[in-house]
Amino acid sequence: MNILVFVKRVPDTESKIRINREAKAVAEEGLNFVISPNDEYAVEEALRLREAKGGRVTVVSVGPEEALTTLRKALAMGADEAILLKDDLKEAYDPLRTARVIARYVRTKDPSADLLLFGRMSVGADNSAVPAMAAELLGFPQAGVVTKLEIEGASGTALREIEGAVEKIAFSLPAVVSAQKGLNEPRYETLKGIMAAKRKTIPIIPVAELGLAPEEAALQVEVVSLEAPAAKQAGKIIPGTPEEAAAALVAALRNEAKVI
Amino acid sequence: MILTFIETRDGKVKKSSLEALSEAKRRAAELGLPAAAALVGPAEAAADLLKYGPSAVFHLEAPALAAYSAQGFAMALADLAKDVSPRAIFLAGTAMGRDLGPRLAARLGVSIASDCTKVAVENGGLVFTRPIYAGKAFLTFSLKASPAVATLRPNVFPLIAPEAPAGEVVRREPAVAEGAVKGWVAEILREKGETIDVAEADIIVSGGRGMKGPENFALLEELAAILPRAAVGASRSAVDSGWIGHAHQVGQTGKTVSPTLYFAFGISGAIQHLAGMSSSKVIVAVNRDAEAPIFKAADYGIVGDLFAVIPALKTELKKTLAE
Repeated sequence: MNILVFVKRVPDTESKIRINREAKAVAEEGLNFVISPNDEYAVEEALRLREAKGGRVTVVSVGPEEALTTLRKALAMGADEAILLKDDLKEAYDPLRTARVIARYVRTKDPSADLLLFGRMSVGADNSAVPAMAAELLGFPQAGVVTKLEIEGASGTALREIEGAVEKIAFSLPAVVSAQKGLNEPRYETLKGIMAAKRKTIPIIPVAELGLAPEEAALQVEVVSLEAPAAKQAGKIIPGTPEEAAAALVAALRNEAKVI
Repeated sequence: MILTFIETRDGKVKKSSLEALSEAKRRAAELGLPAAAALVGPAEAAADLLKYGPSAVFHLEAPALAAYSAQGFAMALADLAKDVSPRAIFLAGTAMGRDLGPRLAARLGVSIASDCTKVAVENGGLVFTRPIYAGKAFLTFSLKASPAVATLRPNVFPLIAPEAPAGEVVRREPAVAEGAVKGWVAEILREKGETIDVAEADIIVSGGRGMKGPENFALLEELAAILPRAAVGASRSAVDSGWIGHAHQVGQTGKTVSPTLYFAFGISGAIQHLAGMSSSKVIVAVNRDAEAPIFKAADYGIVGDLFAVIPALKTELKKTLAE
């Protein structure tokens, strides 16, 4: 199987996000960047499929040169190759543009791909849109937010989380699958893997060289403002024994907050 | 027109879809446009929708739409959009909406506003606000291309009251070629006894490391059972300890939720958890540690032993809710 895994470099989830309001952007200084957590499940699943069925795993990232570190993490986990689609554009929160870059890459550089794996959602932009958009642009079926994946010959099934239930999706290959926590337990990199990843050359393809038409590469999202959440007033601490506190709390929820 | 896609499950219209339609009606009125609905599902559901006042309900029927597939549904809706040229298309930000919305947008050659918590009209156009970094920041933006496709977060937009039905049901057979759909829902499996998801619940009863073990989550289930439309949530550490399934995880790597009422039992309040629930309308925290960061996010706090507070709370809630 020829498996492509798309990964994104994002601030880790423990990061405090500071905002540069003038630039309408997140201040990057002091942030610790990691591979988006859901993407690790995608990499792991690709490695398991390769181990079971043979083939190769290529990890691809659309992003700045710093994303090479993200790609090396996936190489250290065991991916065969990595490619950076170098994009110097700052985070623009526009999933269509990213999906068009990815679809263009697959069509022109790796048209034999059987499976495109993504994380369910990148941390930060929180769109959860690129996998479905890339699937549509390529005419592939999709299974999103997947907690179990089985591939048999040229088709597959996946379990996908919906509200209070699980959907079983049947699809033919090539397909797009996005990974959710629960799909697997991502492996740790081995020292040997880390050393090998360091030595690997990662080809860099500037996004401009993919040959997207200018209107396809143009952003459609026009940011008006970026704000921190409104500061919250300190809450009330309810004193007393557990019984007294519970009674006072329930009274407050009914009479003051009016939520029960 | 603003077109709202109405999701049905088991033949019933989802409440979050009605919330999206309600918001579409409000914004369309501001723009001087009609608000229409599109639905795949039973004819009765389409007819019933008229009491929410859409100018029309497009009832889409085709053999290829018998089972849900993002691919097939996107084809059907894009086909409709080409005919009726909506200014915007709204979907509920449910599992289906988040799956279908981006696929539909890409088919129409437009980007998307995902998981919006606010829609406004400025200078004659729609402006969307949505949480990013799971609520650590809020992005407000417009979409340059038309139609503007947006998914709206459940539980955020108020419902309009039903009225005397106006509008009409327009039956359509969209052109979705058999064989063009290469992936679809083959089966729906239900979790035992579980009916409401944290993403849709009005009330969430969450537990963290302070719950001490998987067996104690039964206490939270009992509490949730007393409350209307309530679900059990959990922090990442509780999920990672294997105490409860990851579908219950609230936070930046789990689900971002906006219930009316959020209970945090034994949750310290790591930044990634706070990000996922701080947009809840009212937050209650119960924790032994008075210094726990969760108390900074809470509207009401009880410093104490949750194993003593939960039973007392159950008694009080039963009493009050029975009144």
